[in-house]
Amino acid sequence: MRLYAFLMPVDQEALDAVALSRPEYDLLVEQLGREPTEVELGMFGSLWSEHCGYKNSKPLLSLFPTSGERVLTKVGAENAGAIDIGDGLCIVMKVESHNHPSAIEPFQGAATGVGGIVRDIFAMGAYPIAILDSLRFGPPADPTNRYLLEGVVGGIGSYGNCLGIPNVGGEVLFAESYNGNPLVNAMCVGLARTDHLLSARASGAGNPLLLVGADTGRDGIHGASGLASRTDPEARFEEMRPAVQVGNPFMEKLLMEACYELASEHRDWIVGLQDLGAAGLTSSVVECCAKGGSGAILELAKVPRREHGMTPYEVMLSESQERMLVIARREHADDVTELFRRWELHCEEIGQVTDGDEVVILDDGREFARVPVEIATEPPQYRRNGTRPAELAELNAFDPASLPDLQPADATAALLRLLARPNIASKRFVYRQYDQQVLANTIVTPGGDAAVLRIAGTNRGIALKTDCNGRLAYLDPFAGGAIAVAEAARNVVCTGALPVAVTDCLNFGNPEKLDVYYTLEQCIRGIAAACEEFSTPVVSGNVSLYNETGGRPVYPTPVVGMLGLIDDVSRHLRAGFERPGCEVWLLGATLEQPASTLGGSEYLETEHGLVAGLPAVDLSAEHRLHRLVLRANEEGLLESAHDCSDGGLAVTIAESCLLGDHGFRSETGVEGRLDAALFGEAQGRIVVSLAADGFRQGGGSARLQDLARELGVPVVRLGRTTAEGTFEFGPIRASLVELKEAYEAFL
Amino acid sequence: VLEQQADILWHRTTDLSGYDAVVLPGGFSYGDYLRCGAIARFSPVMDEVVRFAEAGKPVIGICNGFQVLCESGLLPGVLIRNQSLQFRCEWTHLRREGGATPWANAIPGGAVLHVPISHGEGNYFAEPETLDRLEQEGRVVFRYCDASGTVTAEANPNGSLRNIAGIINQRGNVLGMMPHPERAGEDLVGGVDGNRIWESFIREALTTTA
Repeated sequence: MRLYAFLMPVDQEALDAVALSRPEYDLLVEQLGREPTEVELGMFGSLWSEHCGYKNSKPLLSLFPTSGERVLTKVGAENAGAIDIGDGLCIVMKVESHNHPSAIEPFQGAATGVGGIVRDIFAMGAYPIAILDSLRFGPPADPTNRYLLEGVVGGIGSYGNCLGIPNVGGEVLFAESYNGNPLVNAMCVGLARTDHLLSARASGAGNPLLLVGADTGRDGIHGASGLASRTDPEARFEEMRPAVQVGNPFMEKLLMEACYELASEHRDWIVGLQDLGAAGLTSSVVECCAKGGSGAILELAKVPRREHGMTPYEVMLSESQERMLVIARREHADDVTELFRRWELHCEEIGQVTDGDEVVILDDGREFARVPVEIATEPPQYRRNGTRPAELAELNAFDPASLPDLQPADATAALLRLLARPNIASKRFVYRQYDQQVLANTIVTPGGDAAVLRIAGTNRGIALKTDCNGRLAYLDPFAGGAIAVAEAARNVVCTGALPVAVTDCLNFGNPEKLDVYYTLEQCIRGIAAACEEFSTPVVSGNVSLYNETGGRPVYPTPVVGMLGLIDDVSRHLRAGFERPGCEVWLLGATLEQPASTLGGSEYLETEHGLVAGLPAVDLSAEHRLHRLVLRANEEGLLESAHDCSDGGLAVTIAESCLLGDHGFRSETGVEGRLDAALFGEAQGRIVVSLAADGFRQGGGSARLQDLARELGVPVVRLGRTTAEGTFEFGPIRASLVELKEAYEAFL
Repeated sequence: VLEQQADILWHRTTDLSGYDAVVLPGGFSYGDYLRCGAIARFSPVMDEVVRFAEAGKPVIGICNGFQVLCESGLLPGVLIRNQSLQFRCEWTHLRREGGATPWANAIPGGAVLHVPISHGEGNYFAEPETLDRLEQEGRVVFRYCDASGTVTAEANPNGSLRNIAGIINQRGNVLGMMPHPERAGEDLVGGVDGNRIWESFIREALTTTA
């Protein structure tokens, strides 16, 4: 019966090519009750890869809190998560990695990373309104890292700018551990009417499967199984270069506008919409069938090709960009086709939904594969018992109190050195290459704490931020995961927005190593604990494993993307001191800090060359701090708010001076250890300046103290903003010109 | 914000009668894989835009729209890649120079506007004779300058010759400019100076009608 289902000898090489292990292959044979065909083997290799099947991470991901009254989607079930923001509107968001392609070909790797995440958003029926990017590289002094940085930033800019979606924020951080394995995480946020949301499902036997957009070529074959899920991808970088796709942003722009028109005006014409991403046609068809409880039959001869002589295997696994799968209602198939043709896009019927439970692949009428949907979408899952990385015991035991304290005479120079560190310095050279304002709704542009956008046609606003400190997650994976959430939430709070939901991208090394597995599990538990505390469910996300160079994993880097809501966007806050004569307060902590807060700090690495210590986070105190800032802003007490994190308090205040172009003079002495007070990185701290009106009435600071007492948050008055161009804090004396020179030296 | 009606037209449209003015907006026409605007100028609607402009009706091209106007010959010169070879998105200051045009007549000479740019190919280039002619005929409408209105090399974000940010055609009815006035329309998004262009046009249109 299976005429062309020729069996190839399944040797180790064949299994390696699809990244399946021998036991996984045996399991597959057992479940199928037969040997798979070549095409089937390729399809299962992709579907059972970590990238598509989450076989290592799924049991751990179930630890996340994922529901809440605003959450409209089931996590993992759709292309992205949707959050109700009222007025019949919802925000759709997701963050995704494109690390391995970007390591191989930075410009196109990053560009198509943006393309992929944007398709996830408009596949939901939403219009993309913002992009953020979270990037990690090895130290920029190394020309290779500089090349990767410039290529990645150029690629993100070229694709996003061309689509007309503002790039509103993100982070760029550098550490040795990312040498040879940069991290490129792109987040996209869309806006939809809640009743226009689409689902990636196939149902209704006889309904046509329409393939829309670009032609299918040989690019990107084995992207999912080969690049993103292999133990040591770097060894194969040169050989894998053809597995990186090339982007065509104009095609994507047409697709985006056409799909949005379809979702917003003709929702009843279709059953489902799905993008073609990792593992191309294979995963999009199989996943849609799994969700719709149906089967499908595909005729590959109908797939528009870019090249002659492509085999069914190549067509099924191609990761050519800018393609979408539309599951139309039979009676509206012509309408849908006409709509895409008007946008000058291909729209070909390549198959139909069936009421079976298999996906059948024909090429010119000959059958090449018959894949049971259930087996394909339920890969084996691995739950391991991780072991704590051996080096942590010694690193955590290190007590910064054993180091000599900073000399007051050296404090100014230390601040200038920190401001010039690539991890702290201004990233203007990055974001000025991104269009930040297109669509004219961006209110707070990059450079501050979180981006703020207006929801067009309403008074509402959203705040967006990505965050993760890999060094802290390395030293304490649980605390590091929790801190990523806490810091992202704190940044959002600093704009006056209430944190409401999280999307995450977990970047780790090889999970088959037990110490890497341990850090993955602990980070996930840390994120889960923080999300519980702040009532910010995880609505979507992505896992990128096997990020290693020379057998060394990258820092555990659980990037958290946070969404915040502001009811009245005109009440948003900025990070800079924009007026002179305002009182400046530190909220959440006393000025004096123990030496332990230097653990994992930028200062410890810059000044002492050490990555050591034990980071700490108090989630309940953090949450009270957030409430205090939001209450104080509602009452109009605040002029500015800035998160105190990388570089510590002195860097935070200096940044507020530079962002708002005003000076600062402290009115309180620094007690205890100077280095910890100025540069320690205790969590849960925010520096605010008080509204001048409140000050004039003499009520602002009194009311702030009342609120702080009520909520149990320590606060301390630090000093006052000035109209002079100077920064005076403890023993530090510097002009804003000097600060700015250091801060922008990295440009 | 200014309560005027505008329709977005499909690129195959070939009839612009019934409209008072045409705005060619920014964006990336056809992906701009070739020179910016080089393909868009062949859009069916462009023949009609050229006729519309030749009839003396007001046309403004912003960013990609300016590029399309240059490519279609309605304005002289060309926009080449930024001197930095990188895309630039930042706020700039513009000084109102000479030139009578409905798009800027209400803005006095020497006035400084704060308006953002956002482009990769905004470096205005033309031969010296063309530049001299533009200057002599008072057709340079906006120049990049610093906050005080001084035209300096540092204030030039893209390498444009003579800091040129916007020019008009001989009749003054066609204005092309790289900066985005539509992105400076509300205090909430960073400023309102861009509105002075639209206000100028509206005032002119009302005067003409009356």
